[in-house]
Amino acid sequence: MSAIKRFPAYLRDVQEEIEGYAKNFGLDFFPIIYEVLDYKTMNEVAAYGGFPTRYPHWRFGMDYEQLAKSYEWGLSKIYEMVINTNPAYAYLLEGNSLVDQKIVMAHVCAHVDFFKNNYFFSKTNRKMIDGMANHAARVRRHMARHGQDVVEDFIDTCLSLENLIDPMSAYIVRAPKAKPEEDDNDPKDHSGRLRAKGYMESFINPPEYLEKQRKKREEEAKRQKRRFPEQPQRDVMQFLIEHAPLDHWQTDVLEIVRDEAYYFAPQAMTKIMNEGWASYWHSRILTEKALTAAEIIDYADANSGVMATSPGRLNPYKLGVELFRNIEERWNRGQYGKEWDECDSMDQKRHWDRRTGLGRKRLFEVRRLYNDITFIDEFFTLEFCVDQKFYAFGFSERSGNWEIMSREFKKVKDQLLRMLTNRGQPVIVVEDGNFENRSELLLRHIHEGTDLDTAQARDTLRNTAKLWTRPVSLLTKIEGKGKLLRCEDGNLSERSADYP
Amino acid sequence: MSQKIDLDHGRFRQIIRGKIKQNLRKYISQGEMIAKKGKNMVSIPLPSVDIPHFKHGDKQQGGVGQGEGNVGDSLGGDGDQAPGKGEAGDRPGDHLLDIEVSLQELAEIMGEELELPRIQPKGTEKIVAWKDKYSGIRTTGPESLRHFRRTYKQAIRRQIAMGTYDAKNPVIVPIRDDKRYRSWRSEPLPQSNAVIIYMMDVSGSMGDEQKEIVRIESFWIDTWLQSQYHGVISRYIIHDAMAKEVDRDTFFRTRESGGTMISSAYKLCAKMISDEYPSELWNIYPFHFSDGDNWSVDDTHTCVDLLKKDVLPYVNLFCYGQVESPYGSGQFIKDLTEHFDEDERVVTSEIKGKDAIMDSIKEFLGKGR
Repeated sequence: MSAIKRFPAYLRDVQEEIEGYAKNFGLDFFPIIYEVLDYKTMNEVAAYGGFPTRYPHWRFGMDYEQLAKSYEWGLSKIYEMVINTNPAYAYLLEGNSLVDQKIVMAHVCAHVDFFKNNYFFSKTNRKMIDGMANHAARVRRHMARHGQDVVEDFIDTCLSLENLIDPMSAYIVRAPKAKPEEDDNDPKDHSGRLRAKGYMESFINPPEYLEKQRKKREEEAKRQKRRFPEQPQRDVMQFLIEHAPLDHWQTDVLEIVRDEAYYFAPQAMTKIMNEGWASYWHSRILTEKALTAAEIIDYADANSGVMATSPGRLNPYKLGVELFRNIEERWNRGQYGKEWDECDSMDQKRHWDRRTGLGRKRLFEVRRLYNDITFIDEFFTLEFCVDQKFYAFGFSERSGNWEIMSREFKKVKDQLLRMLTNRGQPVIVVEDGNFENRSELLLRHIHEGTDLDTAQARDTLRNTAKLWTRPVSLLTKIEGKGKLLRCEDGNLSERSADYP
Repeated sequence: MSQKIDLDHGRFRQIIRGKIKQNLRKYISQGEMIAKKGKNMVSIPLPSVDIPHFKHGDKQQGGVGQGEGNVGDSLGGDGDQAPGKGEAGDRPGDHLLDIEVSLQELAEIMGEELELPRIQPKGTEKIVAWKDKYSGIRTTGPESLRHFRRTYKQAIRRQIAMGTYDAKNPVIVPIRDDKRYRSWRSEPLPQSNAVIIYMMDVSGSMGDEQKEIVRIESFWIDTWLQSQYHGVISRYIIHDAMAKEVDRDTFFRTRESGGTMISSAYKLCAKMISDEYPSELWNIYPFHFSDGDNWSVDDTHTCVDLLKKDVLPYVNLFCYGQVESPYGSGQFIKDLTEHFDEDERVVTSEIKGKDAIMDSIKEFLGKGR
């Protein structure tokens, strides 16, 4: 790409300087390669999710158009972008001021440190640039063979299900699969016989009873066997890859979409932490080390823009950075542990200082082991909530407006955690791959208080049915009542159903 | 410079085109959906080109914010739009996509959908204006057009070749032969050579709904003819018992009461043509919209005579659109068909309602004249 400008020497000096500070602070990151892009190329790369090559698809074109429009109208511009690879690639916008570039570089160092060390990134493919390019080549080959429209349509269908994955599955250590021999055990061995003395045997365990027990067990075993999947499966995409009647190329495309969804999932799971961590470090590196006196005002201006909050909008940068600072202070002053938890006096808490000085250590621990949910769950405290003026809002049917609903700590935290659960996506599982014994597919929405967007759910169901080729049903709750949506040959029907 | 994204972007535009084409009937019958933006662009709100997902419904979900305010305070914004959830403003919200399309493109889409034939313009070769464009360099010319940079470049080239250039003391003196001048080429500038003369009956029986139909229809006719000619002039005539020329705005707004003499409009139209638009140079399209009520049979005869003698010989096409109205008798269209059934320069169309606009456009423009 000729649009990539040579990385100018003065920026290389800045990079060296900033990375030196970052390393002294204890950040540990992959080598970073910067590229300076003009805004058009920046928008292009952003539309491709930070990668230089993606498979051909109109959606990238749509994103590009939106980015380009909002840049042209001066609504937004992309300051920085960095991708999780080794070495990490980061992009700088040509024409940004030196202060901006310094902020971006410090920010990027911390992001890459996070990518490298956070547990939830540990299973991601660090050669994803090549991965994406391979995907692109594969999709192009399918297009050459089967026609662009056909393949693109199929990608649309797959993308419709891209959020139906189980990002935690990579981290679950499962017991090795139960050996099939166990199933072959002779049922007579433990036949439900109750303990009885020899002379009581025929009274306590009469033959009819034993026969009944045996039948019951057999039925149970049959039911177990017929159940497919054995347990509800959250990775709907994987289930379809394994069991849907697809052509080779279709399976390949579905795998590609799933692969990329898994690659991006950790970023959605750690948005608040990741941005908070990066903001924490750009602010420390710049204000303590890298800024000259003349640059302070420009820095403050840019930084306040990043940290700004607006009504009805949660700024992950702000929440994250404040929470990290709060953690550092608490562990510096020993505000943790049993004694602290049990202390009831606000006054005492306010002046609590055990001079433990463990703040820095704790910060690095947190960045290694937590994700957004555990992060908020553990460190979002009453004091923090009040200090930072958090509130929960909702849609008021009465006034027809979005309103502040509550400032109560418990409600705010519940709301926050709910928003983060499963990356804010509804949980959908494969309940039955042989629904009503007609090889139909039954999905279940694990309802946790929020209904699905029904219009979208219908369209998505239609797409699922395209992949499964047999009717697909979705069990969900709408306005408190169990509903079964069913899609057969593209036609949707809806009926009441028991939602257990 | 071409970028990789151009391909995907092209695909996206193609899909948009398809969507517009699919919904064209809807857009045409609901004229208001199209907001004009700037001179040559329209903005079309397009529902859901995005990919559907299983996701939470907005209104039950709520969210968490940070800042001042009391419980019960509104967060602003209108009720339909959810405030951002969970993320800072790094993603566009889920709203209708406003797609900008040029009028040219829109006309093409309509042409494809209605299978409108391209129009064979008459007499285009004769009527071009010439425009001078500075496009090259030559060695002679007036000093006022001297190209400073090129002149000095030439001079330094010559000096280096002659060995008289001294890098330590870089004095460059152009001589006569070094001088370069801008030169121009005269390019033919296609001149506007089509005129649409809109005539509308504004007598008491034409209500707002009828006018709305005329407005929508004329927008699309305009769009199509604009795409077929370089620059199209539109003229507007309203009439009840008298006819007068008005501007576009007045054309669609005026409502008069009183009788209808269609001949008055045709007279004015014929005069306009003979005075201003010689038919050998101009492609002329008179469109007349009315509810079909004329004052008298005599007047209708006058109309027919006028059309035969003073209008039809000069025009590409004469279109008469009859908008259905509860008051009109709808007689005029029958009279016209009676007299001009054989004449392919005359097209008549009955427009029963907004939904019929598209068919009517096809009737008018389907002949490719």
